[in-house]
Amino acid sequence: MNVPQAKKYTLDNGIEVYAINAGFQELVKVELLFNNVDFDPAKPLLNSATNRMMSEGTKNFSAQQIADMIDYYGSFYETDENSDFCSIILYSLNKYLKDTLPFVSAVLDEPVFPEKELAIFKQNNKQRLNVDNEKVGSIARKKFGEIIFGSEHPYGYFIKPENYDSLTSEDLKAFHAKKYSSSNCMIIVSGLVTDETIKVLNRFLGQRKASGEKIKTVNPKFVTSKQKQHYIEKEGAIQSAIRIGMPFFNRKHPDYAGTAVMNTLFGGYFGSRLMSNIREDKGYTYGIGSVIVSMKQEGYYFISTEVGADVTNDAIREIYNEVDIMRNELVEEEELEMVKNYMLGTFLKGIDGAFQLAERFKSIYLSELDYSYYERYVDKLRTIGPDEILELSRKYLDPAHFLELVVGRK
Amino acid sequence: MNGSSESEQEVINCRVQIESKPKKLIHLIKYSSKTLSNGLKVLVHEDPSTPLATLNILYSVGARDESPDKTGFAHLFEHLMFGGSVNIPEYDSPLQLAGGDNNAFTNNDITNYYLTLPANNIETGFWLESDRMLSLAFSEKSLEVQRNVVVEEFKQRYLNQPYGDVWLLLRPLAYKVHPYQWATIGKEIEHITNATLEDVRDFFFRYYCPDNAIMTVAGGVKADEIFALAEKWFGEIQRATPSRMPYPAEPKQTEYRELTVERDIPYSSLYRAYHMCSRLDEQFYSIDLLSDIMSRGRSSRLYNTLVKEKKLFSEINAYSTADFDRGLMIIEGKLVKGVEMADAEKAIDAELNKICSELVTKEELEKVKNKVESTMEFSEMDLSGRALNLAIAEYMGDANLVNTELGLYRKVTAEEIKASAQEIFRKENCSTLYYLSNRKN
Repeated sequence: MNVPQAKKYTLDNGIEVYAINAGFQELVKVELLFNNVDFDPAKPLLNSATNRMMSEGTKNFSAQQIADMIDYYGSFYETDENSDFCSIILYSLNKYLKDTLPFVSAVLDEPVFPEKELAIFKQNNKQRLNVDNEKVGSIARKKFGEIIFGSEHPYGYFIKPENYDSLTSEDLKAFHAKKYSSSNCMIIVSGLVTDETIKVLNRFLGQRKASGEKIKTVNPKFVTSKQKQHYIEKEGAIQSAIRIGMPFFNRKHPDYAGTAVMNTLFGGYFGSRLMSNIREDKGYTYGIGSVIVSMKQEGYYFISTEVGADVTNDAIREIYNEVDIMRNELVEEEELEMVKNYMLGTFLKGIDGAFQLAERFKSIYLSELDYSYYERYVDKLRTIGPDEILELSRKYLDPAHFLELVVGRK
Repeated sequence: MNGSSESEQEVINCRVQIESKPKKLIHLIKYSSKTLSNGLKVLVHEDPSTPLATLNILYSVGARDESPDKTGFAHLFEHLMFGGSVNIPEYDSPLQLAGGDNNAFTNNDITNYYLTLPANNIETGFWLESDRMLSLAFSEKSLEVQRNVVVEEFKQRYLNQPYGDVWLLLRPLAYKVHPYQWATIGKEIEHITNATLEDVRDFFFRYYCPDNAIMTVAGGVKADEIFALAEKWFGEIQRATPSRMPYPAEPKQTEYRELTVERDIPYSSLYRAYHMCSRLDEQFYSIDLLSDIMSRGRSSRLYNTLVKEKKLFSEINAYSTADFDRGLMIIEGKLVKGVEMADAEKAIDAELNKICSELVTKEELEKVKNKVESTMEFSEMDLSGRALNLAIAEYMGDANLVNTELGLYRKVTAEEIKASAQEIFRKENCSTLYYLSNRKN
């Protein structure tokens, strides 16, 4: 399976651009990525808030004017924030790229972080967060991160509404100057990318050499909870959210591909052991799954579901039963064949089209791997057998290392 | 372009250069179609650039086809479709064996199934879909399990979420006669738990038949091969000619309605439902653009006035339900803490008055049309999106709408938008749900 590769260009100011040229729709996605500044638990929102607020007003344009022009040209401006990096994303028809990029350029170079907009940002995000924290699933997701990585770590910090109060315009400005330099920027452009596209990128994003260094994010050592079982009661909950898992390796680990197959069999697709038992046989839930999460510097593994509150303990018992079966019984060739074919089909979808290919590039680039990773991955999919699945289950699906969280009622 | 204030000059000037006539869409969705003798419509869109193929089957059955004492069936049915058909014990395994992946959705009008596979395995999809159109393996066990799954879905999405039961309240407020008065999940959990195998069989044989279905296939396939596969796998299935009574028409609403409820949620919210035309009506396009001007994105009116300037709402949205019978225009929003409902409503009404009395600007209209065009182009990136759009267009009566709809949007005038606004935004046409927080402080 041939994975079309990104082609590298360098802009006048040194910014690296990786281009995926595929498809015939005359449009592009331009994603600018910036490594996060080291996490400060006293000001935990700086990375994400700065990224999101940049478009709320620049030296020459108000938030509304920027939105107006981007929308007028049929473009879409989005941001993305995670614990490793933040992105500014522009989707544009090629014919209007030269009209919309100047606004992205202004947002990057001259954001103002107006007090008025910041006040609204704080208020509305606090409200959104308060609503989100009513949901057992959302509470479980955030709390579980804290259990695995601890509250001093960017992967584990559980954002509270009060965190928004400490944001100031001055802090955001200073933070922006530190983080959004050309040295800390990488661009991925995907779609119908021509030499003309690169020229336009160079014209609007490749001229300014903002001061600042490339940031190599340094995270503290993470601290996993010593407590094995956690329970947060939510009065009146009709369902409980369950998360069971542990710290894990990430994509860089040699066992990642094989373990991904093992995990898919266990809980990674609709026909998995977990789904077949807990949803399709017992009807305890609308959905259950398990996943390996690969971050830049760490990883973690979890099984998650929302079940009727009165069957919470039954569901947990069945989860452990399925773990037991994985650890003690060889999978039949036929079932393994099905999982492999499913994963190959999914892989095929994952390399179909420019935007998908951009995501595949992003994954390996950020994990500091190269395209041979995908060759090894597909090779492992094709060749892995029941013995290795059993071996990996025994090695890595180990209940002795599990931490458990229930949010709801049991 | 004339009459703009000086401060806007810089921004406006850029726009002068935009051509307001749409460029001819270079990439039309090409397709070919055929109807089998049993009534099954088959459409194929070839895309040789991809190794994948999507098979989409749309059944003309939705929540509106249920009887008022047995609701939630169309959706329960969607779940049962995966429990095994007469010759195939279980749906997902063979598909997964073929490297495929599938999903389905049900709404008030249709039930749609789609699967994506490597194109060279497309026959697996035909085998699976034809067998379950032929007959589901009706078993007590399958019904029992899916009943429980759907009950969990009801709880997870409608009862255990903040603001989850809004539509269970808003629908019966706006509709007193028409089946749109109940949500796809069903009026109440008991309808689902009481469903019998007999009920389920009746429903199946009435609606899941070839003359009630549209199949579209998109991807790295050849049309003549697909037509041959369709004939091979579906040709023998008997037509059933579903007898369908016309849906009871909702009488015109002549009086304002409201309902107030209290819930254990952090912030009060407001929902207004205004009756409007159907998706199939010519007027739909002006109403769709009207809602875009009002609240699509951060350049929209409601966002800038009510969220940013007046800070009355933390979020606000206006959209049409796009139902195939006469649908609803919804305005919904969450109030900022401490804001009085009366002030919030006054501000919304001011915006509605404005859009009813003044023409939208040329720039606003151009902007939302450009957005519609680019959205269509972006959505073509996705194969299953193309297959679905083709199916829906055919369902609407003309598959070529996938290529002509943009023109219908482009034709809309500011006068038409104003006329639509005046027709819809009348108090007598409105049902309001006040969904209030019962928390002190």
